[in-house]
Amino acid sequence: MQTTIYAVLFYSAAAIFAGGLALRLWQYARTPVPLKVPTTPAPVTRAGAAFRVLREVTVFESLFKSSKWIWLFGWVFHVSLALVLLRHLRYFMEPVWPPVALLQPFGVYAGFAMVAALFALWVRRVAIARMRYISDAFDHLILLLLLALGATGLGMKFVEHTDIVLVKGFFLGLMSFEPSPLPSDPLLLAHLALAAVLMIVFPFSKLLHAPGVFFSPSRNQTDDPRERRYAPVAPDRTAVSKA
Amino acid sequence: MDRLTTEDSAERPLHPDPLECPSLAIGAMANSKPFPASAAHQTALGFPGELVENWQEKAIAKLGDLVRNNRALRFYLDGCVRCGACTDKCHYFLGTGDPNNMPVARQNLMRKVYRRHFTLSGRIAPSLVGAEDLTREVLDEWYTYFHQCSQCRRCSVYCPFGIDTAEISMAAREIMDHIGMGQKYCNEIIGKVFKVGNNLGLPPKALKATLASLEEEIEEDTGVPVRLPLDEEGADILLVTPSADFFASPHMEGLIGYAKVLHESGVSWTFSSHASEAANFGMFIGSHETMQKVAQRIADAARDLKVKRIVFGECGHAWRVAYNFLDTLAGPFDFLDRRYPVPQHICEFTHDLIRQGKLTLDKSKNDHIRLTFHDSCNVARASRMGDVPGGQFEIPRAILRASCNHYYDMDPDTIREATLCCGGGGGLLTDELMDLRIKGASPRMKALREVADEHGVTHMAAICAICKAQFSKVLPKFGFDMEAIVSVHQMVSNAIVLTGSKQDEEANEADEQAEPVPAVAVPAETAEPAQAANAQEEA
Repeated sequence: MQTTIYAVLFYSAAAIFAGGLALRLWQYARTPVPLKVPTTPAPVTRAGAAFRVLREVTVFESLFKSSKWIWLFGWVFHVSLALVLLRHLRYFMEPVWPPVALLQPFGVYAGFAMVAALFALWVRRVAIARMRYISDAFDHLILLLLLALGATGLGMKFVEHTDIVLVKGFFLGLMSFEPSPLPSDPLLLAHLALAAVLMIVFPFSKLLHAPGVFFSPSRNQTDDPRERRYAPVAPDRTAVSKA
Repeated sequence: MDRLTTEDSAERPLHPDPLECPSLAIGAMANSKPFPASAAHQTALGFPGELVENWQEKAIAKLGDLVRNNRALRFYLDGCVRCGACTDKCHYFLGTGDPNNMPVARQNLMRKVYRRHFTLSGRIAPSLVGAEDLTREVLDEWYTYFHQCSQCRRCSVYCPFGIDTAEISMAAREIMDHIGMGQKYCNEIIGKVFKVGNNLGLPPKALKATLASLEEEIEEDTGVPVRLPLDEEGADILLVTPSADFFASPHMEGLIGYAKVLHESGVSWTFSSHASEAANFGMFIGSHETMQKVAQRIADAARDLKVKRIVFGECGHAWRVAYNFLDTLAGPFDFLDRRYPVPQHICEFTHDLIRQGKLTLDKSKNDHIRLTFHDSCNVARASRMGDVPGGQFEIPRAILRASCNHYYDMDPDTIREATLCCGGGGGLLTDELMDLRIKGASPRMKALREVADEHGVTHMAAICAICKAQFSKVLPKFGFDMEAIVSVHQMVSNAIVLTGSKQDEEANEADEQAEPVPAVAVPAETAEPAQAANAQEEA
């Protein structure tokens, strides 16, 4: 019964995550950008603009300019999350790719860094008046959800072990549409339920910032309006003169 | 007040940090709002004269329309994570402490309505994600706080996703215009542009007379018949400048500077009475159509006068529209000489001449001035000058350093891309917003106070008509002289030695007794083609 519930949950979550995300990105991609609006000074070449976006995504360049504390907590959280997610790939493949196996120890310690950074981000949100003012309920809840995800994960690793071989069997089974039984440890069930919730809300919440940043015109546009005419929609005049 | 002893001042900083973050003062600016546009001002631009009956429905429809047609707006409304990076970056927040002047909070005023009507989470669980209906109360908040944003883009520099509050405040004003809730200052001015040709409503006859009196003034001063031509067909350059340059101070001193530089270059040029205004307030009200109509005048004037080049005078937002939008809105400009950038900034023009040694500048003429430079927001964060990113910072400074002996920059966190708004940009330069303008200027004024005390700075140069008008009003409120604000080309005008002028002859006489001056003005003809060095490659 429980295996069936979680199988259905993860199939739905995966479908909503992938479908929702594709829908939102498609929406961004087809929305026109009527004018040149890069925040200057901006790169004058396409490669330069791509590198600017890459810096935003990897080292959070603008955030670093703004505040070293937010940058520190934010960057540590995101890098840790990336390591943790990469480490989790091992539960979805057999045999485990060597690079993923190599990441194993880092992934585990990143779990601690992630929880610590999330906690710091949340303390900031609660302790600073400006942050309290701009936060809505979801801003707090999403941090708590991620904290709980991290805590239950670490709990399984260091406190109350679950039968990880069975868990892996469950996911490999899901992927071949032959679900096998899932252990019924409370920590595991909580961890998996939270992960599914995260996937479901991702495309419909501020979490969309992750893929969305690639679409930000102030960052991804080249500063070349005088060198290359920017004409996103062909003016009617051209159509007339051609006719 | 107790005076600080010298010992005290060694321990305590003498100057407050210009960027010091205030504590929250909820509702502090809730009563600051501009006068509403009258029915006549509204209808002249094709907007309803008063708040329409089904305003809520129409506003939501317009918001949807804007979101569907502007990726920036769509992502900026979706992407914010409330990280707080922008919360202490707006000069209006720093000056007022009103939390709705934190960029993210200002954005949230629109975001909550967007969420309610255009997102799944906002429809299902509005209270969870802070989604709200567009009530009359919310609409009033929009009118109040979207008119406390000067669209200066300082917040967008620090946002990890590049979210630009300017885009959101433009969209809000566009929506409000469309339901009959426009702002008087902007809409009245745009009406004048359509009717008379410029923001000031200065008719061609008066403009002609003004230019003639300026010619007299320059000749009296220098002995050189420098011309300020109007509507001269076949001139090489169409100069488009903010109309404040024709009568306000220190704008006019800057205009005299352009005229002297253009004269010395030997290139023929003209103003246009049809496009006697560089400003384009269509941007402030977020109206693409209005912006396009205003921009079209310039293209038409350039065609009618058969010029080869377009050069813009000192105006911040006008340069943003010219540099980034003009070609898109009113182009293509294939009828112009493509060896030169289209359009070009007067600072680029002057800088090229200086680099080529074609202007004689006597820095000592500005020895009574100890100068700093205020980077105007739209030039700094929404445009470029020259060929390399950041030219918009270096070129004006290079011109100033070539024109005076005493130049000092302000606190590095308040200049270049981090520059603070003057406090009057974005369509807020109106008397009823004076309180907001003074408070918004306070971070810049603190930074100016620092260099005034540390380096004896007496004057601040700017490159924008709005900055100049704003500073001449607010400088006295902070204990500075209203004439402490100068035009960049005013500094050039003071220093330039026109060929054959009284000053030139005096210098030559002095030379016969002393050593020769190294920089010599070259014949006017050769000044022209070398300009092409700055011409951009064609796509």
